[in-house]
Amino acid sequence: MTATVTTDPGVDKSTRGTSRGSGDARRKLPRIPDRIRRGGLPYLLLLPAVLLELLIHLIPMIVGIVMSFRQLTQFFISNWGAAPWTGLDNYRIAVDVDAPIGEALLHSFFVTCVFTFFAVGLSWLLGVAAAIMLQENFRGRGVLRAVFLVPYALPVYAAVITWAFMFQRDNGLINHVLHDQLGLTDQPSFWLIGDNSIYALIIVSVWKGWPFAFLMLMAALQNIPRELYEAASIDGAGIWQQIRKITMPSLRPVNQVLVLVLFLWTFNDFNTPYVLFGKSAPENADLISIHIYQSSFVTWNFGTGSAMSVLLLLFLLVVTAVYLFFTSRGRKGARA
Amino acid sequence: MRHLRAAAAVTLAISVAAGVTGCGGGTSTDGGSNEAPKTLTYWASNQGPSIEADKKILTPELKKFEKETGIKVKLEVVPWADLLNRILAATTSGQGPDVLNIGNTWSASLQATGALLPWDDKNFEAIGGRDRFIDSAVASAGKEGEPPAAVPLYSLSYALYYNKKMFADAGITTPPATWDQLVKDGKKLSKDGKWALGAEGSNLSNNIHQAFVLGQQHSADFFDEQGKADFTSDGAVAAVKQYVDFMAKDKIIAPGNAEYAQNQSLTDFAKGKTAMVLWQAAATTFAAQGMKPEDWGVAPVPVPAGAPGTGKQTNSMVAGINMAVFKNTKNIDGAKKFVKFMTSDAEQKILCKTYGSIPPVKAAQSDPAFAAPDLKVLRDTLATSAAPLPQVPNESQFETAVGTAVKELFADAAAGTPVTTESVKARLEKAQQTMQQ
Repeated sequence: MTATVTTDPGVDKSTRGTSRGSGDARRKLPRIPDRIRRGGLPYLLLLPAVLLELLIHLIPMIVGIVMSFRQLTQFFISNWGAAPWTGLDNYRIAVDVDAPIGEALLHSFFVTCVFTFFAVGLSWLLGVAAAIMLQENFRGRGVLRAVFLVPYALPVYAAVITWAFMFQRDNGLINHVLHDQLGLTDQPSFWLIGDNSIYALIIVSVWKGWPFAFLMLMAALQNIPRELYEAASIDGAGIWQQIRKITMPSLRPVNQVLVLVLFLWTFNDFNTPYVLFGKSAPENADLISIHIYQSSFVTWNFGTGSAMSVLLLLFLLVVTAVYLFFTSRGRKGARA
Repeated sequence: MRHLRAAAAVTLAISVAAGVTGCGGGTSTDGGSNEAPKTLTYWASNQGPSIEADKKILTPELKKFEKETGIKVKLEVVPWADLLNRILAATTSGQGPDVLNIGNTWSASLQATGALLPWDDKNFEAIGGRDRFIDSAVASAGKEGEPPAAVPLYSLSYALYYNKKMFADAGITTPPATWDQLVKDGKKLSKDGKWALGAEGSNLSNNIHQAFVLGQQHSADFFDEQGKADFTSDGAVAAVKQYVDFMAKDKIIAPGNAEYAQNQSLTDFAKGKTAMVLWQAAATTFAAQGMKPEDWGVAPVPVPAGAPGTGKQTNSMVAGINMAVFKNTKNIDGAKKFVKFMTSDAEQKILCKTYGSIPPVKAAQSDPAFAAPDLKVLRDTLATSAAPLPQVPNESQFETAVGTAVKELFADAAAGTPVTTESVKARLEKAQQTMQQ
């Protein structure tokens, strides 16, 4: 902090306004110690945000953790402080893979991992491809950019319910095109039940998620100096070499954040499967978010549901920490 | 910095303490109060074709109540899909409406929360007495042996709706009275892209309603006398298999019905793609889809043999909507007055006529409007051959667990995977194991 910041931070604007020009009045105001003025102001300014963060995130999280240690069922929800403590029982039930509840949770965990891998991977690939393609200035580029962002701008419910209609076996657009018009399938396929349901889920998730990747990467591409490409071009580098040697390394910091955000959003996604399949998803598309919702709100075992949520939180924290550790190490290595 | 850290610690401690003491959840007073005697909040379930239509239907009645009592009722119509979650949230926070509609199959589950006013003799007296209501409707309002958690408002039962022209074209003169006849007729009707019977294979509640009735016919209750899940009895397995076999073995339900959950089977029926549906009071929906009353007929749901009755001849669950009062209401007297108003003979006639349901109030049933052929079938079914779904606290889990098992079996049938006694039993066993209580 430099010496130029000398305005007394303890005096609010209105007081300053009225006392301007009056040295005596200013001197009468209580003096705020310098160390608080210098060191405390940022914290004071952060206080409202911290309080809100407490209210919105931390307290519900603590309440959720408390609930995970209680046998909270319909018998106690109107006075859930009275629900009996069960220690780690809810956690035991959740992780006991030899029993149906634990087995089902493990199954939904694997389904979610597969779903996340493909949904994030394809969203990222599409985002990169579209961002690179739209770097060059051509007629209609603005329109295309706007069109590509439409899925991101649409309300999730309206968009996914439209997909649900399109995926209907007998009256849906997908089978109409694949079966009736192109003749690619022997008979109309089921998309909302059975084996194909995971493909339907990935398709909708990618459709919904890739515009965000596109937006982030398009912004990042603007920051790469054109001179680099010109120099590479003069040196004889082709388009693929330019992408590999200039574009991708330059996008690396953005990609690191982008992949992490997409991973967290996709792994936790509740709206897409819920609107597409309802409260009981097919086995092949039984994502963990829906599974936890079903345990908590459909079968009314809020204790077990909370334990599952805490386990999910821990898993995501560990994955995020490991990811950040390796990516930051990579960054440091690159700087060195 | 030390001061700031201390302040932050105090803030955190107060916030956490507030959060943890908040664990007390909603208020759990025993009988409400009369702190706000001039207002009531009412959550009505979506009964009509839309929320706007419900508001239009109910608002004049609520004005009438306001004129009579001076109590203003603030109406909110809640879609079915949201209603149970909204009730759970209100129960947890203690911040709910004064009066609300609940699905009658949820009665015992919601009763277990202790958040609803019990309708003991004294409370029933305040609305004219328990005897005014038909027995089966009251039996579906809470656990046996305990004061009901709600009062019946609209009653419904299942019937077999059939397309007269499709029957005539297939040379069938009378609707099937037994399942064997239904399958036999069904095979005649299922041809040229048309199908005999409609189903909602992905609708968990509907699956449960059908499985429960067939279960009764196979002497299976799905719960034992202690209220413990008993999904794998021979009767329960046979019931579920019989229902899924209409698609898997008998081929009288279109495979596409396996993914239906939004009443698409009614649309198929109205378009003449399906000849029969098992449904509750479908007349208004058919009319809304352009079908004329003379195009369709209605008959009791088939039974194994003979005529419908109780026990093995049960052919419907007791369906309907109940009216409950949140125990912590600030207008307990007004809430009871409002329930009395809504269940009065006059209002029952108006509302049930509008919604196409049967009044659970005996005196109101005598209105000629409820003697129309379709409603007469529903009324007689309700009176003589319907049984309430198991009134156990974990009924909600039952709907999800067994409803999902039936949904998965329909998915197997639609995909051509064989549906055997073993595969049905395995699905039901898995469903039973997920029941935690």
